[in-house]
Amino acid sequence: MKFTVQVNEGPYQHQASDTAQQFVRAALEKGHEIYRVFFYHDGVNNGTRLTVPPQDDRHLQKGWTELAEKHGLDLVICIAAAQRRGIMDADEAKRQGLDADNIAPGFRISGLGQLIEGGIQSDRTVVFGD
Amino acid sequence: MSTVKKFLFLNRKAPYGTIYALESLEVVLISAAFEQDVSMAFVDDGVYQLLKGQKTDGIGMKNFSPTYSALGDYDVTKLYVEKESLEERGLTVDDLMDLKWEDEDDDWAEKDSIVVVSAAELADIMEQQEVILSF
Repeated sequence: MKFTVQVNEGPYQHQASDTAQQFVRAALEKGHEIYRVFFYHDGVNNGTRLTVPPQDDRHLQKGWTELAEKHGLDLVICIAAAQRRGIMDADEAKRQGLDADNIAPGFRISGLGQLIEGGIQSDRTVVFGD
Repeated sequence: MSTVKKFLFLNRKAPYGTIYALESLEVVLISAAFEQDVSMAFVDDGVYQLLKGQKTDGIGMKNFSPTYSALGDYDVTKLYVEKESLEERGLTVDDLMDLKWEDEDDDWAEKDSIVVVSAAELADIMEQQEVILSF
């Protein structure tokens, strides 16, 4: 089955990102396809490479990046939600006249249309959040 | 893109305490641009999103409630409001904005966008959907 996954909450504050990541891993292991993971609301905070959790804790951003590298996952951060919360890639930072970017490897920033298109193209859309 | 799916946006939160309602509305408007079969549902504190007479001057936030009046122009014409959620909060449909859409197949007759449904009816409506995004 082909899934689109939506993550609506930030890491550590809320379990949604953990559960979504475990769902994605389990689905891939069972041979399903993850068409896209779309990060919305505070979920965009999963995509900053500046996260440094304590060493004895799980590293959620690295978990996503590793999944993207291993399985070619399409990790999409909503641009409107990202701009509100200070998640930037190099192009967007330059366009906004900012002096830094922080997007993690494996993530890309795009529009809400990517969520709707994921819903159209996938057999199931699964939302993780409050 | 020719595929048309039934999308339901389920709104469960009051409009200004969290950003869910505002960012939900942003997705709804985008989905309309994809010419999908879009419905919205309002349950729990989500019914407060449709209250008329919203004023946000005192909290320094933008009053985005006028956007709901524009939904009809985007062919978003089905706004289901759960009856039990209204009643639990002492509200009636008269407390909600008078949202209309124009039916081009019926000589542009003005029709109500808001439909009050019971929890059981809403369950049936949700059962018929292909994609449900919950906010």
